Amino acid sequence: MQDKSSDKSAEKRKIKSAKIMREIMTTYYLDALTAGQNSKQVAWITSGGPVEPLVAMDIIPVYPENHSAMIGASKMGEDLCSKAEDMGYSSDLCSYARADISCSIVKGGPLGGLPKPDMLICCNNICGTVLKWYEIQARLYKVPLFILDTPVCHTQYSPEIAKYVQAQVKEYIIFLEKITKRDFDYDRMVKVGKLAVEAQKLWKKILNTTANKPSPMSAFDAFFFLALIVTLRGTQTAVDFYTKLLEEMEQRIKEDISIIPDEKYRLLWDNLPLWYQLKWLSNKFSDHNACLVADTYTTAWCSALNYTDENDFLNSIAQAYTRIYLNIGIDQMADQVLDMIKFYDVDGFIMHSNRSCKPYSFGQMDIMKIVQEKAKIPVLMIEADMVDPRSFSQSQVETRIDAFMEIIKQRSN
Amino acid sequence: MIYAGIDIGSNTAKAALIKNNKLFGTHVISTGYNPLKAGIKVFKEVLEKIDILKRNVTAIVSTGYGRATVDFADKTMTEIICHGTGAHFMNSKVRGVIDIGGQDSKAILLDKNGNIENFAMNDKCAAGTGRFLEVMAHALEVNLDQLGDFANKADSPSKISSICTVFAESEVISMIAAQHKRENIIAGIHESAAARIAILAAKVKIKEPVIMTGGVAKNKAMIAALKKRLGCEITAGKLSQENGAIGAAVLASRL
Repeated sequence: MQDKSSDKSAEKRKIKSAKIMREIMTTYYLDALTAGQNSKQVAWITSGGPVEPLVAMDIIPVYPENHSAMIGASKMGEDLCSKAEDMGYSSDLCSYARADISCSIVKGGPLGGLPKPDMLICCNNICGTVLKWYEIQARLYKVPLFILDTPVCHTQYSPEIAKYVQAQVKEYIIFLEKITKRDFDYDRMVKVGKLAVEAQKLWKKILNTTANKPSPMSAFDAFFFLALIVTLRGTQTAVDFYTKLLEEMEQRIKEDISIIPDEKYRLLWDNLPLWYQLKWLSNKFSDHNACLVADTYTTAWCSALNYTDENDFLNSIAQAYTRIYLNIGIDQMADQVLDMIKFYDVDGFIMHSNRSCKPYSFGQMDIMKIVQEKAKIPVLMIEADMVDPRSFSQSQVETRIDAFMEIIKQRSN
Repeated sequence: MIYAGIDIGSNTAKAALIKNNKLFGTHVISTGYNPLKAGIKVFKEVLEKIDILKRNVTAIVSTGYGRATVDFADKTMTEIICHGTGAHFMNSKVRGVIDIGGQDSKAILLDKNGNIENFAMNDKCAAGTGRFLEVMAHALEVNLDQLGDFANKADSPSKISSICTVFAESEVISMIAAQHKRENIIAGIHESAAARIAILAAKVKIKEPVIMTGGVAKNKAMIAALKKRLGCEITAGKLSQENGAIGAAVLASRL
């Protein structure tokens, strides 16, 4: 029987909101690049950092990690990473850090460099590399650096951790007041907090639409649409956009429009994407009639919703930002993966062992074993890097993916 | 009905034919620079060898690194499924397959029906692959097919601690300079490669009986080193090198 969706044209399959998203991101970067002319301040912040207080203080947040992802997607990663190596940085250092550090000096990349920061906000809930990375940038730009230290919750969010992080959130507010020479706007913070929660709820709903068979979007689309929940969390723009995107996804489900022509197999992805190989990978899976329906990475921007109190946002920041996916124990991570395998009803799990991202890749072997044992689905581990293509071998990865898909097909017969 | 399998590896190109579910013929040549030409040649020669015409072949499956270049194949499939299927075809009791190829080494776990239950391949580096052995043979001025004979004469295998092929090569060179016996160094190289393969075998929780396939299976010392490391019996058939092509031919018959 001919699948209904396979008749639909590729044009119909395209997600229309992508165009709007590109426009929003262009405006966002233009605003950031011209901040100085509009007497606005710019803060560089780590991807897992609490951005909402910045938004409440009208400071433009800029994400070097998002920028490095853009560098990767523009296939400019190799050049910038090797320039950082020429400066003396090790090739073992995270490729986001290498790309950002060298870009600051050579003003390269798709934007010709990020706007100069007025301050740096570094939260180590995603990794330890950011500490040194932001120290380097603080020295280069001679700007103040705020560090929010969130201890890893190996088993639990203990009262000691809570007390420690809460105290730092207070210091964060004082830091912002000092730099902006303005009082913190607590009323605005309440509004921003509500918007941040709303956007995260919408993001979660959008990601959940892929539980539908066939899936209206793939993880490759999630990697793209993620930019707003990272950069514009806490703004009306993000809420409006995700409301529209959710509507589009729900409409696609109603009309039975799938993202790949003939979805037969559903896969879950772990770790960051290979930004410079998105198209190749997406075609590779599509050729096997496989859709990457979900991933652990984009889910991280709504996984702390349970710990966020929209009516008391500022006080829930400490817990919400400490208990994110990369800052918890392996057992809890594996539980989340198992939940996703069930919820999205996937046939296989692909883990990207990412040379750059140590906290994400460390422990993958254990998660792999747990998943194989409990979910009894095939698991594949591929070795690569998120930005540096020198750590990626196409023919090796291709053979592994092809073999993995052969197993999945064999099992389904 | 006759079916063909063509396996274009990084070193050698192999072809196999099966007829009425029985092995009908095999052939091996070196791949050289042009994998497509190698595919055409090995196929032509296997047909000549048993004197049949191309049009009598019902379906062809290609595999190996050059699988996509074989444009006259009906389907391409990976070495993993081909080696697994080939091993099961030659001996239906086999549950574990270890294949050391030129660029890749792999451990495959089969279920009772010969389906792939799990597989593990070497990570990006060349440690534990055929290339590792080639580089070492070159450094020690020994022909690749003599490596095993040398290793068998060792009295005290040298310990190679580097995992990386490049570092291991410089380690070997310093051993040569320190006048270690060539036989001992070579035995050490085999043990080092076996240690890498053992990791793959452990990853898939390999089950007996285990067979070894691929060109390196001709090297008896490698099999001995693996047996010692894995603590289980490992055998290799006469057609270990052709195993992937045989599996491809079997899969062609199922198209």
